Amino acid sequence: MALKFEVLGRFNRARAAQLTLPHYLCQTPLFMPVGTQGTIKGLTKNQLEEIGCQIILGNTYHLALRPTSELIDELGGLHKFMNWPRALLTDSGGFQMVSLLHLADITEKGVTFQSPVDGKPMLLTPEESIQIQNRIGADIIMALDDVVRTTITGPRIEEAMYRTLRWIDRCIAGIYVSEVWLNVICLGIYAIGGLAGGEDKDSFWRVVAQCTAALPEDKPRYVMGVGYPLDIVVCSALGADMYDCVYPTRTARFGTALVPEGVLKLKHQAMANDIRPIDPMCECMVCKNYTRAYIHCLVTKDAMGSQLLSYHNLYYMMKLSRDLHSSIVEGRFPEFVCKFLQTMFPKGDVPEWVCNAMEVAGIDISSCCREMRFDVDKSSTL
Amino acid sequence: MKFAVNKGWSNGRARSGVLQLGSCPFPIQTPALLLTTRKGLPAFISPDLLTSSLPSPDSHLLQFSPLHFLEGISPKTISNIGGLHQMLSLHQHIFAAVPRDSIIALPEHDSTNKYGASFQTPGGRLLIKPAEYVELVSSMKPDFWVTLADEVPAWVSDKRNRTSVDRTLRWLDDCLSLNKTGTTIFGSIVGGSSIEERHRCAQEVAQRNVSGYWIGGFGLGESMDERAALLTAVTDNLPEDMPRHVSGLGLPEEVLQGVAAGIDLFDSTYVYHLTLGGFALTFPLERNKGDNADYQLSDSGGDDMKINLKATIYRKDTSPIVESCNCFTCQNHTKAYLNHLFNVHEMLAQTLLEIHNTHQYLGFFCSIRKAIEEGKFEQFRRNFVESRRECLFAAASSD
Repeated sequence: MALKFEVLGRFNRARAAQLTLPHYLCQTPLFMPVGTQGTIKGLTKNQLEEIGCQIILGNTYHLALRPTSELIDELGGLHKFMNWPRALLTDSGGFQMVSLLHLADITEKGVTFQSPVDGKPMLLTPEESIQIQNRIGADIIMALDDVVRTTITGPRIEEAMYRTLRWIDRCIAGIYVSEVWLNVICLGIYAIGGLAGGEDKDSFWRVVAQCTAALPEDKPRYVMGVGYPLDIVVCSALGADMYDCVYPTRTARFGTALVPEGVLKLKHQAMANDIRPIDPMCECMVCKNYTRAYIHCLVTKDAMGSQLLSYHNLYYMMKLSRDLHSSIVEGRFPEFVCKFLQTMFPKGDVPEWVCNAMEVAGIDISSCCREMRFDVDKSSTL
Repeated sequence: MKFAVNKGWSNGRARSGVLQLGSCPFPIQTPALLLTTRKGLPAFISPDLLTSSLPSPDSHLLQFSPLHFLEGISPKTISNIGGLHQMLSLHQHIFAAVPRDSIIALPEHDSTNKYGASFQTPGGRLLIKPAEYVELVSSMKPDFWVTLADEVPAWVSDKRNRTSVDRTLRWLDDCLSLNKTGTTIFGSIVGGSSIEERHRCAQEVAQRNVSGYWIGGFGLGESMDERAALLTAVTDNLPEDMPRHVSGLGLPEEVLQGVAAGIDLFDSTYVYHLTLGGFALTFPLERNKGDNADYQLSDSGGDDMKINLKATIYRKDTSPIVESCNCFTCQNHTKAYLNHLFNVHEMLAQTLLEIHNTHQYLGFFCSIRKAIEEGKFEQFRRNFVESRRECLFAAASSD
């Protein structure tokens, strides 16, 4: 089976494609739920299949700590360990560098940080990151990157960029010489990392736009840590294909549901007597069977509340992925984007950054906006 | 509601029977287990898994406390939705309303007074009066509900115990007169650890126009030894052909004791507590002496009936919890994976374990029914208790 990325439809920069991986045939744009420790908060593999999850993200840092990559390898890899028949992606462990930066020491060798288990220093080199990920055995693995905060400026950024390139070469050299793995890296998913870390939306879309314009057309573009449904629609319009984020499941644990209009906070007192489903248009098990009032009495008090909301929120994200893919393939992407924005901003108050990004993406959203804006400097983007 | 005892299959007081209640199209064989729920759903098993991963119709009996709903959703809203079955979208399940549950609605006999029964809940102490209780239950429309009772632990004074019986009878009559919806009611029987009071209460309740009997006041500090006589003091005074439901008899040995006394329905928090602790039931459903090779596991906290999935010996164990078990968890996952999930505190651990443990415990009840039907219940019970004793003795003497 050949690993490949085949574009099936386009609208300007946006693409809908088929990504063939060892364990699954995926359709992009797609959202990948985060199963940090080899599981997605309370949902079984059958439920995840029902929801339509295609690729799940496993966090290398956490899995290397518990149960360790050696154990996973010994038991046949993460797919077998979790009994997940579809695709898996592991990150490099790099994001934890940013989170733990006050403890970390980054040199050319790699990253040293303190183990949260016993306080001992851990060194993560590009080679070691690949070794760990090989043992875990995901369909897609990530090269270790020297991640810096998006809010900093100056020479550190340039240093980080060049170091990351050197590390990528070391990663490629460090992987198993077998056809499967070589194909994955040669496939080369371009991950646009270092975002989703506090930068403002205006910078965010410009960086994504620049990257997608500069990267080769025939390989998928993965924007890490994104996110909000609106962000995913914009990035897809700009030419990105894959996304991951803890947001849908995390926000479920705080009692928030994702709906076409934005979010619904089930904790609010107003929900106590609301006998409508979370989203009348949603076909998921939760919306077909339960009322806002019942979920309201569960959330924050019973684990079942966050389980049901996680189910709905992930269903929402996977439906969004399917809709993005099919609307591009069927040649109605601009209509889909307009309907999406109209539902989310019924008063026409679409944020400026979205308008600017859509203009670069070549999508006419004037029907959704109260007023058109012409005063934006777009000379810095392609 | 229809209930019939299978004549000719009684072993002493133990009996098997068939229960038919409105919502569930399939008859339920008794003795049967009612699954414990929080607000109508299991603690960890989501409703789609409840119907798809547990045996039917055994898993259709659900117990809930109406008190769970006092905060967060009003009786009026529940009515507007259409009652419990509609609200939970479990139309073929049987819901039994029992105010007391042993997890989050514990009877507080000190605060109970002549106006109402007091319960300790996560939201604080609640006093509920018969009228409020009937209103709550009416909005929910469960398949059957038990009348409000004043449950007291085994060590209260005789006077307090007598008062609890008087109150419970008075509240029973209140509930009956306030009941406008014609729903199925089980009369509550208390009496603490006094044979005479148990006797008195049972005789009184047997004269009321109820459809079955709920026996309360157990699992509140009495010893297993004294309980047997108290149970029979009740059941001997109840009509043969009406169902008997008891709360608070959770462990397998306690269930066997209840069956021996003539009880048909049990709600138990055994599965819930095992699941929280990471223990998986492994007891062989066909009990054979000499089959229990796992006595050595006592170091990990397990025994011949259960294993501690958090123990490090399971880190690399790629076998299912029980080889022959048909549950979703054993068909799809390994002890190694569950061990990992427990160690990293992931909720999926409890979901998968509650499925397995419920499956196993329902299987235990199935074995009980089979033993009764074969006329071998006493032997079954004796074998079970003896091999438990042997196992515990072996574990103790190996230190």
